[in-house]
Amino acid sequence: MASKVQVPAKTQDSSPGFIYLALIVGWLVPGAGHLLTGRWVRGLLLFAAITSLFWLGIAMQGQLYAPNTGDILEMLGFVGDFGNGLFYAVGRMIGLGQVPVQTVWADYGTKFIVVAGLLNFISAVDAHNLRIGRKA
Amino acid sequence: MFTPSHFTAVLLFATCTSVVFGITQRSTPKAMLRYGAFCWACFVGVVIAASWVMYFIKK
Repeated sequence: MASKVQVPAKTQDSSPGFIYLALIVGWLVPGAGHLLTGRWVRGLLLFAAITSLFWLGIAMQGQLYAPNTGDILEMLGFVGDFGNGLFYAVGRMIGLGQVPVQTVWADYGTKFIVVAGLLNFISAVDAHNLRIGRKA
Repeated sequence: MFTPSHFTAVLLFATCTSVVFGITQRSTPKAMLRYGAFCWACFVGVVIAASWVMYFIKK
């Protein structure tokens, strides 16, 4: 004899909040998205790696690209730089990276800064995936 | 101004980049470590190989 068992519907007791929070916070400050999801070690390692790359680039007199110079390559460079979030904003505000690239170290530094921004995009997306449960 | 040698710049770049690749592209700590080490070895290995190629081309 089959019996009907009634299972009470699951109520969602805790709301996940703004799901893009880890993405945005992770973009603004490298590794902060991972800290938000409770991955402290990953967050601190990402912060150390991306921050080091950015500030080493600045120390090598790398250039920070401006948003709208009309040159397509500089605009692509800006997209990379923009990934650094608050670091880019602070750097622009206090006038860092404004010297034209004239040495090989400045050229390396410029690439360091662009790559730091692109890596931070990857890091922020990873934090978002952790927050929504797509990645463990 | 920070003026590292070319090889020091390579090591710094490879280390920072490999840390991010390892953490973001794998799920378990062991796999992260292995993939990060693999990326680091690839970065540095390719640079050393390319340097020797350029050396012999110049010769």
